[in-house]
Amino acid sequence: MIQFLSYLVNGISLGSVYAIIALGYSMVYGIAKMLNFAHGDVIMIGAFVSFSATQYWGLSPLVSVLVSVIVCTVLGITIERLAYKPLRQASSLAVLITAIGMSYLLQNIALLIWGANPKSFASVVSIGTLSLFGGQLRITGETLVTVLANIVIMVALTLFTGRTKMGKAMRAVSEDKGAAELMGINVNATISLTFAIGSGLAAIAGVLLCSSYPVLMPTTGAMPGIKAFTAAVFGGIGSIPGALVGGILLGVIEILGKAYVSTELGDALVFAVLIVVLLVKPTGLLGKKVNEKV
Amino acid sequence: MKHMKKINKTFASNLITYGMVVAAFLLCQLAQSGTLEWFKMSRSLRGQLVPICVYIVMAVSLNLTVGISGELSLGHAGFMSVGAFSGILASQLIAAAFPEASLELPRLLAALITGGLVAGLAGVLIGIPVLRLRGDYLAIVTLAFGEIIRNLLNCVYFSIDGSSFHAGFLNPSLPGKLLINGPMGATGVEKLASFEAGFVLVIFTLIVVLNLVNSRSGRAIMAIRDNRIAAESVGIPVTKYRMMAFVTSAVLAGMAGALYGLNYSTVQAAKFKFDTSILILVFVVLGGIGNIRGSIIAAALLTVLPEVLRSFGEYRMLIYAIVLILVMLATNNPAFKAALGRILPHARRENSLKEADKA
Amino acid sequence: MTQKKKSATKMVPAPSHGIIPERDLHVAPVLEARHLGIEFGGLHAVEDFNLIIGKTEIAGLIGPNGAGKTTVFNLLTKVYQPTMGTILLNGRDTAGMNTMQANRLGIARTFQNIRLFGNMTVEDNVRIGLHNQIRYGMFSGIFRLPAFWQGEKKQHERALELLSIFDMQDLASHQAGSLPYGAQRRLEIVRALATHPSLLLLDEPAAGMNPHETEELMENVIKIRDQFQIAILLIEHDMNLVMGICEGICVLNYGKIIAKGTASEIQQNPVVIEAYLGKRKEN
Repeated sequence: MIQFLSYLVNGISLGSVYAIIALGYSMVYGIAKMLNFAHGDVIMIGAFVSFSATQYWGLSPLVSVLVSVIVCTVLGITIERLAYKPLRQASSLAVLITAIGMSYLLQNIALLIWGANPKSFASVVSIGTLSLFGGQLRITGETLVTVLANIVIMVALTLFTGRTKMGKAMRAVSEDKGAAELMGINVNATISLTFAIGSGLAAIAGVLLCSSYPVLMPTTGAMPGIKAFTAAVFGGIGSIPGALVGGILLGVIEILGKAYVSTELGDALVFAVLIVVLLVKPTGLLGKKVNEKV
Repeated sequence: MKHMKKINKTFASNLITYGMVVAAFLLCQLAQSGTLEWFKMSRSLRGQLVPICVYIVMAVSLNLTVGISGELSLGHAGFMSVGAFSGILASQLIAAAFPEASLELPRLLAALITGGLVAGLAGVLIGIPVLRLRGDYLAIVTLAFGEIIRNLLNCVYFSIDGSSFHAGFLNPSLPGKLLINGPMGATGVEKLASFEAGFVLVIFTLIVVLNLVNSRSGRAIMAIRDNRIAAESVGIPVTKYRMMAFVTSAVLAGMAGALYGLNYSTVQAAKFKFDTSILILVFVVLGGIGNIRGSIIAAALLTVLPEVLRSFGEYRMLIYAIVLILVMLATNNPAFKAALGRILPHARRENSLKEADKA
Repeated sequence: MTQKKKSATKMVPAPSHGIIPERDLHVAPVLEARHLGIEFGGLHAVEDFNLIIGKTEIAGLIGPNGAGKTTVFNLLTKVYQPTMGTILLNGRDTAGMNTMQANRLGIARTFQNIRLFGNMTVEDNVRIGLHNQIRYGMFSGIFRLPAFWQGEKKQHERALELLSIFDMQDLASHQAGSLPYGAQRRLEIVRALATHPSLLLLDEPAAGMNPHETEELMENVIKIRDQFQIAILLIEHDMNLVMGICEGICVLNYGKIIAKGTASEIQQNPVVIEAYLGKRKEN
């Protein structure tokens, strides 16, 4: 039982990271209607920046996270401006391939800067481990921080999109770009803002991910990126609570599957659950149904 | 007759495609033989000949799904891996059954056919759930299936002990010699693949895809792609034809996979990762969605490109990525395209088509 | 008002009016819709729709914008599944069928917003309509077996024959999307006819046509009926066309039938005038 609880906690922790990454995917998809495949690699860059800041420049862990967020935000905006904005009118497939190219590019830049050897990422969390049930259930500081960060981000984003003018502009653009533009909303700025937020979150997710799973290399972001995207679809793409639910469920399924079914089949299980969910509810758990007009 | 003119036009276009492939094959053969002092092929390039054929088949078959049928598939490498492993097994089993005879060609053929059939079966099984979805959701589910296939293949063990076979799932302790060893993949594979076989497979693929497109079934598939509701309204069974395109594509990918598997002494499931599916999609998009000839050219060029860029050392994949992004920007940015249209009438026509679509 | 009574009787009470030609009286109707209805999120888009169409009748479905006319077409062709009522097509219940099956049972349609296969040639559009009429298998196609050559030849000949109804055979190799608007509408009719229907639904066939083209269209609708011996139900805003060729007219408003009858009956019906023609006068 305690064993199960401990797996569950690990799952929620991993799921929280997925949820934060999934938010980036989900927001960008909602607004720009594109799968930003480079998103997973922004996570990796974020982790590397934080790594360099603490290891080479001697900054404190907290400052390193800040630096990483700033770098990734700028990176996100730059990527959007250079590669995606010129393709606003192009087919979604063309944008997808460009995003894939961007993903390769980021991986190879990281390869040139930091090399192919895996780096051991030192956790940025300094809180100790929480022991419950007389030391039987141990919850690491990383887990606590990750879950907490997830909650804070979700609440902040919900408030932002619901209450602020910019957030409302974001929702309007995702609903109907043309109409939003006619209402005087600066669509390009809104899209840039979305990329900025998504990439900043990616940096946080990267640092949190590598604090719990400390192996860092240029391909570190790829698999979590794909899984987080799956989580976004799972929960209903374009929805903030959807990203939360999808991310956490995915993390829990993965950890429990690896623990109780088989280590090799953990990922297969995650994807199998995704397929079942999409077949039962084709727009994800919390997604809206869209009717086709004839 | 106008009708004849139209038939001749597609016929001529197909003829150019076949001619291009045959000419490239002959040129490669010439360069490989080293008859001409100034026209020789480097060793590393020679090693790429079979993969080039494999990727051409993969790209053309994926184009059937993505371009002709209009479904974005992100798991094409899954079918390739199924074909590779089943093809290798088929060739090994025949070798074990007739240890004395030298049966290279029949074994290769059997591998290709088995790979195609098993991948086709996988296509049917996956197609049933996948084709209930549309658009990006379909894409993500194909991605999921690709990953599931890879995960499952990592758990498969298969051994041969004298004349009996043993299969295990997550269970490596099988008697006899392991042919397929879980995450280690298929080991001790005999290299049966050849450039000639690859060429024949490419031609076969072209016959299947080009003839399918220019037939009653192909028109039905494209009708569904262009306007599903209109296609249904004239009595076209949508699921049947989406399935037909999906499974045909899977069969061809399986055959390509079998050829690929028989080109190396060891093959792991990890070789057919999501990246491979994406790589093939890149060929299709760069070559032009729905454009078969474009797929061939893009697959061949992009497979060779990393080899050509070898002199750039560690910058080669970086340059590859930049080239990819620039090409996408160049071919899809309206300002860029308009400039291109003034030079190439072909591009202009496609542009005006798009405009007409929007109106 | 008798028109308001919910009855599944023939749209035009034939014997008393003598409008429906003698030829239709002794054969079963091609379409019979009984108490047909559909709800979208609690809203009744179409309610209690009853209609009978004779074997070779030309009928009109009119009503103000948003009355639910196209929804009726979508119900009849099973694009939408009705939440109430039944549809009998040539005497067979279409419950549980999809659009493709309904078409095979003999119902074909055109669309208000043209839905051609714009990137394909005119001939290929018609050939796609012939999909279930002239068949050969996938393998014959791939390996160019004799069935392929025979099938292609038959499809080609039949497609040109059908295109000649509208004198369009010379446009066969043109790209469908590049045709002028009126020609696209005509091509959609040809494509629908290619599926060998017994009931043809035309959704605003004269929209975007000039008076001359409309005149021609009217002649052609009658010609199609006579030549193919089929029933035609059309939605149209052009009253000259509707009053000119429709043997029976059904008026829809807010999803309900408010009147049925011949052209002259409809023109004099006060309810119709109020709901429909009256509004037009104001404009």
